[in-house]
Amino acid sequence: MSAVATEPVVRVEDLCLHLTTGEPVVDGVTFSVAPGEIVGLVGESGSGKTTTALSLLGYTRPGVVIKGGTVEVGGESILGRDRRALRSLRGKTVSYVPQDPGGALNPSLRVGDAILDVLRAHRAGGGDDPVRSALERVELGSDPRFAGRYPHQLSGGQQQRVTIAMACVCDPPVAVLDEPTTGLDVLTQDRILAELRRLRDEDGMAMVYVTHDLAVVSQMADRIVVMYAGRIVENGPAAEVIERPRHPYTRALVEAIPDFKNPRALRGIAGVSVGVGEWPGGCAFAPRCPHQEARCHETVPVLEEAVPGHHVRCMRWMELDLQAGERGNGRAAGAAVEPAPLLEVSGLEARYRSSRSASPAVDAVSFTVEQGRCVALVGESGSGKTTIGRCLAGLHVPSAGTISFDGVPIAGAARKRPLEVRRRIQIVFQNPYQSLNPRQRVRSSIIRPLRVLRRLSRADAEKEVGDLLERVKLPTRLGNRFPVELSGGERQRVAIARALAARPDLLICDEVTSALDVSVQAAVLELLQELQRELRLSMLFITHNLGVVACIADTVLVMDRGTLCETGTVAEVLASPSHDYTRRLLAAAPCLPDGVL
Amino acid sequence: MSPVLAFLGRRLLGAFVALFVASIVIFAALNILPGDPASVILGRNATPQAHAVLTKRMQLDRPATTRYVDWLTGFVHGDLGVSAVSLAQGQHDTVWQQISGPLKNSAILAAIAAFFMIPLSIGLGVIGPIYPGKPIDHAISVLSLGAIALPEFVTGSLLIGVFFVALDWLPPVAIVPPGGNPLDNPSQLVLPVLTLLFASLAAGVRMVRAGMTEVLQTEYVQTARLNGVAERRVLSRYALRNALAPSVQVLAQNLQWLIGGIIITESVFAYPGIGTTLVNAVQNRDVTVVQSVAMLIAVVYVVLNLLADLVVMLLVPKLREPV
Amino acid sequence: MSDRFRFLRTTSGAIGAGIVLFVVLVAIFGPYLAPHDPAAPVGIPLSGSSSHAWLGTDFLGRDVLSRVLYGGRSVIGYAAAATVLAYMVGMAIGLTAGYARSLVDPVLMRSVDVMLAFPPLLFLLVLIAGAGTSVAVLIIGVAAIQAPAISRIVRTATLEVSTRGYVEAGIARGERAFAVIGREVLPNIMAPLLVDAGLRFTYSILIIASVNFLGLGLQPPNSDWALMISENRTYIQLNPWSVLVPAAMIGLLTIGINLTGDAIARSLGRSYVPRATRSVVS
Repeated sequence: MSAVATEPVVRVEDLCLHLTTGEPVVDGVTFSVAPGEIVGLVGESGSGKTTTALSLLGYTRPGVVIKGGTVEVGGESILGRDRRALRSLRGKTVSYVPQDPGGALNPSLRVGDAILDVLRAHRAGGGDDPVRSALERVELGSDPRFAGRYPHQLSGGQQQRVTIAMACVCDPPVAVLDEPTTGLDVLTQDRILAELRRLRDEDGMAMVYVTHDLAVVSQMADRIVVMYAGRIVENGPAAEVIERPRHPYTRALVEAIPDFKNPRALRGIAGVSVGVGEWPGGCAFAPRCPHQEARCHETVPVLEEAVPGHHVRCMRWMELDLQAGERGNGRAAGAAVEPAPLLEVSGLEARYRSSRSASPAVDAVSFTVEQGRCVALVGESGSGKTTIGRCLAGLHVPSAGTISFDGVPIAGAARKRPLEVRRRIQIVFQNPYQSLNPRQRVRSSIIRPLRVLRRLSRADAEKEVGDLLERVKLPTRLGNRFPVELSGGERQRVAIARALAARPDLLICDEVTSALDVSVQAAVLELLQELQRELRLSMLFITHNLGVVACIADTVLVMDRGTLCETGTVAEVLASPSHDYTRRLLAAAPCLPDGVL
Repeated sequence: MSPVLAFLGRRLLGAFVALFVASIVIFAALNILPGDPASVILGRNATPQAHAVLTKRMQLDRPATTRYVDWLTGFVHGDLGVSAVSLAQGQHDTVWQQISGPLKNSAILAAIAAFFMIPLSIGLGVIGPIYPGKPIDHAISVLSLGAIALPEFVTGSLLIGVFFVALDWLPPVAIVPPGGNPLDNPSQLVLPVLTLLFASLAAGVRMVRAGMTEVLQTEYVQTARLNGVAERRVLSRYALRNALAPSVQVLAQNLQWLIGGIIITESVFAYPGIGTTLVNAVQNRDVTVVQSVAMLIAVVYVVLNLLADLVVMLLVPKLREPV
Repeated sequence: MSDRFRFLRTTSGAIGAGIVLFVVLVAIFGPYLAPHDPAAPVGIPLSGSSSHAWLGTDFLGRDVLSRVLYGGRSVIGYAAAATVLAYMVGMAIGLTAGYARSLVDPVLMRSVDVMLAFPPLLFLLVLIAGAGTSVAVLIIGVAAIQAPAISRIVRTATLEVSTRGYVEAGIARGERAFAVIGREVLPNIMAPLLVDAGLRFTYSILIIASVNFLGLGLQPPNSDWALMISENRTYIQLNPWSVLVPAAMIGLLTIGINLTGDAIARSLGRSYVPRATRSVVS
């Protein structure tokens, strides 16, 4: 920390947290936050970032205990205080903005009263209408009746603004934000981030912003603290950490971010992330590090100051002069010749019986997917992109329009399609934790399509399982495991293997990486790209992330509330969008600062 | 139209349909199932003469549908029919005569039990999750698990064993002379009420506990705590308030236990309520009495559920929105 | 799979399972161990414990111990039969409603809701009044009472599981509904069903015992436990064993099942409490 005249508003020193069973969760964490500064606390699952941030409020999850260290917020010590002291500090000295605003608001309490509760708890708030002024601070003050609404009557963005209002209303010097925009649409997220920046600029509120999204944090934070396996591995000014990361993990993380301004082949990190209780001896990242040496496995490196204000925990930081990725090595160019169309969709319309709205979920959508091409289907939630994918897979019967596969129109329901069509169109789903039958071993899940769609005998099918697992870069012994023993990334690969088992021509990927950590996402995308090239697969890639689109797709279709508003090659659409909605999406999409990659 | 009214309307419609179907089921079970109600009622005294007489008195020669319509229209107007057994004996006791006293007695017993059950269920159910892991939490949990398992006749008999046989504090029966008031001799009501409370309370406590535990683990309770809202306010306005809605539904279902429990408990203590009347009527195969009493109880039950739904709607703002 | 038996490692689970085992063994093997014929008088009515009759005699002079040893089969056997029947019907309805969704679901569920408008004991009494006291009426009646609630639980679980990726993958492969339900859905709804099964079984036992107690179920000289309680309770002062022992057997059985069910539920991470079977927001 460079010498600053003012006292830091948050000072954490050597914080250690353990499970009650003894395994360490957070080890030796030291950092500080200056007044009016936004510190991004970045890490993937298992990094301990949320546990660390919550300890700033004096809160630990059940099963977690504080083993040692100091936490000072606003000059007050947090650890070891009794409940009454903690209660008076929370909301007044340090406040909290949760991840899921819908679930974080009392459904039977009007939002005005919820804000009032926080005020009353701290006997704060002068003025004649403190609730109104609190709402005005988050730009919700225009409607005088707003305070009388219930949470379910608000949109996601409005709900999050209310929770931010609750966190600001007593003017705490610092707020802890736990992935506050993860559940929001890109456009809404952009507005909320702008809101938060305004609060920092105008009101001088400091923030500890927990996230896994480096792109978001690069737009928000003044400093970035990167955590891996419970320890800080890098800590420095935001721009520096991103442009010149000193730690191999940070660099890999930056390289894994799909950035639509710099489309390039993504690379994941080898190995699997480390969970609690699985910390290896020595540097926790060493087993996965491309620059590992023997000494990295022996002792835990200390946090050293590389440059004033920039710390790194790596034994080799001096030798590794890391640039953030070679200049984007671009993507493999698509085929030169215009290939034949494999899938033709014409006038597709789909409705949901349960929703009584007049407009259909998918309205008069037409597009083509050529052989060997990757088409991205982009939109926010409610745009109808998932519904289109489900119609193509035979899971949802369209109310109008035709789908033609290889020149022949096909039925809406999978049961009614000929076996060959069912075999040649395959789908991979979004949630890896629900796409495999938990009661069956991995190999049984993969054998099923081999038996049903390719009519292989049991013996032949068993033989092919090993090949398929290898193809998705999984060790063949995983075939005998149950899904619960696999990580999210591994499960998603198994789902891909299951889809590939049928030898499809068209692979529909429905947000297949949205539920995965950034580095795992990059690895899975890397795999999909390889497979697409090798097997000359056609892919319909459904996503909300424009960066992913840029890195993986040839053509892109942009959906807005059920209608197709723009289509074209990725290069064209991203460089010069013609539809207003596309322009807004591009403007709102978080990306790394120019010149980083 | 206001969503609350629309909701009420839908529920009322549903209630009517349910009762209508219930009436058909009851009538069918009692008149069509046994084949020939008259011989069933007469049992071993079924001489061809008596059979013919009874058939005429009960007008059993008319088609079933006519009899059903007659009964239902009569019921809706307050005419519950005539006891078949009394007809067989040459008398003409109406069902209402037979049940008006017992109905009042049962209502008193049920009211007293409900009066204690509702606040106790909520109180005991809520305490456990507020002090998790403490002795009182375990005690309530274990006791309710045990009590819920015992049928009323077992608890009743055990209570009699303790308070009468061993301690001689309370009477083993609760006899009320016809036309008398059960409240004249309150000590005889103690054991029946306790018996009723035992099982239904246990069920209620467990369900309120589960609801409260679930609510205490929600994100909004945690967010309120992390923003420093006073614990008492969190427990009352954030936790309890949102746990009440499902609890009310659960308690309404528990009144179902109460109704079933009343039948048994009255039998254990020889209490002249609607339950004993029903049991006697079933034993005697008094078809008309069973018919009307069953229908009456079903009506009470459906009305209680309707009221519970209404209370839930008042507690949950989201339900007041048009869908 | 060992995790199914994890619950045995908890104290309550082990105790509960032990109790249930004990009572079930008594019920099954009791008749072979009974010293006397349960229907034959062996001494002066309502005499206390003696070397001849360890638990004394009941109001007709019959040996209480022998009657207790004979008396479990009926309760447990009929309750089991009724519960199994209820599950067969309830699962068929619930799986169909939850999987097919479409129009079938609301139609089935409304029909089921009607049954829930009846207090269970009342329904059984009406049935008995109409069809007489017989074992068949008892079993069918109890099954009819339990099936609606079971179908609700099965439907909810099926609805939840049906939206998961592995089920949709099966549908996308064009597999027949039976195949998908059997392979993908059924094994994954077992957890909530298992938790509920114990409660259902207990309830079947309780309601059959209650009906027997009222004299409307099994008839004398049957040595059913509930019947014993009802026959002897007026004379409870003279030979308390004749009432207390069968009461204890019923109580132990149901408490044991509840303890076991609770332990299973906790080991599966669920709560052993029936949700409100009707919901306002359905």
